[in-house]
Amino acid sequence: MLNVENMTVRYGENTIVKAISFDVLEGQWLMLVGPNGAGKSTIVNAIAQGVPYSGNVTFGGKDVRRMKPSEFAKNCGILTQTHNVNYSFTVEEIIRLGRYSYSGGLFAKSSSNDDKAVEEAARLTGMLSLMQQSVLTLSGGELQRTFLAQLFAQNPKLLILDEPSNHLDLVYQRQIFELTREWLAHSGRAVISVVHDLSLAKKYGTHALLLHNGRIEAFDTADKVLTRANLNTVYSMDVYAWMQSQLTIWKD
Amino acid sequence: MTMRHKELPFDGDASSSPSSTVRAKKPLFNRSGFSWLGHLILAIAVLATAIICICLGSVNVPVKDTVDIILKSLFGLHQSSDPSYVSIIMSVRLPRIMCAALVGAALSLCGCAMQGLLKNPLADGSTLGVSSGASLGAVIAIAFDITIPFLPLAGTMVMSIIFAFASLIVILLLAYKLDHSLSTNTIILLGVIYSMFVSSIISLIITFASSKVKHITFWTMGSLSGSNYKNVIVLLAVLIVCGIALLRRAPELNAFAVGEDNARSIGVDIRRVKLEILISVSVLIGVCVSIGGTIGFVGLVIPHIIRMITGPNHKSLLPASVYFGAIFLMLADLAARTIASPAVLPIGVVTSLVGAVVFVFIFFRSRKGA
Repeated sequence: MLNVENMTVRYGENTIVKAISFDVLEGQWLMLVGPNGAGKSTIVNAIAQGVPYSGNVTFGGKDVRRMKPSEFAKNCGILTQTHNVNYSFTVEEIIRLGRYSYSGGLFAKSSSNDDKAVEEAARLTGMLSLMQQSVLTLSGGELQRTFLAQLFAQNPKLLILDEPSNHLDLVYQRQIFELTREWLAHSGRAVISVVHDLSLAKKYGTHALLLHNGRIEAFDTADKVLTRANLNTVYSMDVYAWMQSQLTIWKD
Repeated sequence: MTMRHKELPFDGDASSSPSSTVRAKKPLFNRSGFSWLGHLILAIAVLATAIICICLGSVNVPVKDTVDIILKSLFGLHQSSDPSYVSIIMSVRLPRIMCAALVGAALSLCGCAMQGLLKNPLADGSTLGVSSGASLGAVIAIAFDITIPFLPLAGTMVMSIIFAFASLIVILLLAYKLDHSLSTNTIILLGVIYSMFVSSIISLIITFASSKVKHITFWTMGSLSGSNYKNVIVLLAVLIVCGIALLRRAPELNAFAVGEDNARSIGVDIRRVKLEILISVSVLIGVCVSIGGTIGFVGLVIPHIIRMITGPNHKSLLPASVYFGAIFLMLADLAARTIASPAVLPIGVVTSLVGAVVFVFIFFRSRKGA
């Protein structure tokens, strides 16, 4: 589905991502993991065409740089880390923007397909009762769900989620991940997410890409990547021991 | 495998009626645009304001006579009204009011578009320094007699447009360099600094072009006193072309107003749309400045007030800004002509007086996070 080949991203003198290659196939959920500054979000930004890069990114065999933005949007949808909305758009207006790439010009009316997609996305993310509410009055979690609904309304083949559980409490964290897993269950879809929570990466990821200083430390199925040895190398601490000590706190 | 809604954790929402929530019946106007009747009502409001503004002035002309004179002139019929009324209305007030309406509509539309594009409610030709830049272009054209053969007005106009566009690019590049998020403070600060810089250059030019001081001073104050039908035709043509270019970008402006990353994610062609909007805005501001001088704050005040009524959706905000921008500047022109009658104030003075107060109000409101 998505193939990244020899991607390098530079910010001035600094090379943030160093000649990395990986691919994502249908049905896979690839977790991008690694410490802060490893280059996870930069990879997402580069795939989204938000930062210049060298190397190739292809979707279905086609170079994404040659795709029209609307064609790219129908294939890849990206949920960014932060949402700073200054104007009082309603939840519905934000979700409906997800249908932009399907719209047909100035005088085109929104189709019944658009309405259905918007309604379905709102229902799935639990935003249906808040459709006419201003996004300025939403909590961080509600705002994140609004933008996730926009992404569902966009109906891409590949979801790219940059820290999707940012701002979310445990309940919504679980819900967002469960929801994404349900979404992924449809054929022809795949997910890439940047996550800091290694437990969520291990639980939901089918595959994982472990990054360290802009290079790939390991890339394989999640079980093979998220091993004690790999994680200890990248995080410079005994991650397994830390995780297990966390769990013991909760023993009855 | 299909989506199993009942298993998903948001079942509480199922009680909402999706049909009523998602798609309500469209009234005269709502957040997602105007009905044809809504457009008609607003167009009538613009027309009514225009007639009132044409009637009133140092000499008040009855409404009946005013309408009669305009209709008879339009259809080339013999005038039966007082000849002085005909002269006042057809030679002075009608072109002036038409220019006021078109400049007001254009500046308001530009402010609205820039506030959406930059995701910043304080962005406007005057706060960004674009109007000052356009003035500089016009002043250089006047001082150095830059003209285009057979098109006497075009030299000033082209220079205004070029300088407006260049100013916009310089300010945005500097702002991006300093602060990638284009925050309100950065933009306003740069706009102020740029305007001061441009003012000093204009002062310098005035010093060395003393024979043209009076003419140049006109640009710095903003005035529609020299308006004629040629100006009206140019303004109308530019407003139609650039106005349509901006109005058709309402969905993209909504996306930009939410955030550029979000706009890219949903499939907006960022570079193309941005360039199209910036060129349209520069041409409109350049032409307005070359005709009416620096008329500040229209693009700041009107979209802000309209946004409080229609909401931030550009499908309704942009057309409403056009109508109310026209109404506002016609009324400002009326005030300029009548407040200190028989003296006529520059219209830029009136809009700046109103605009500065509203600007402070908006700034305080935004600082409070309202």
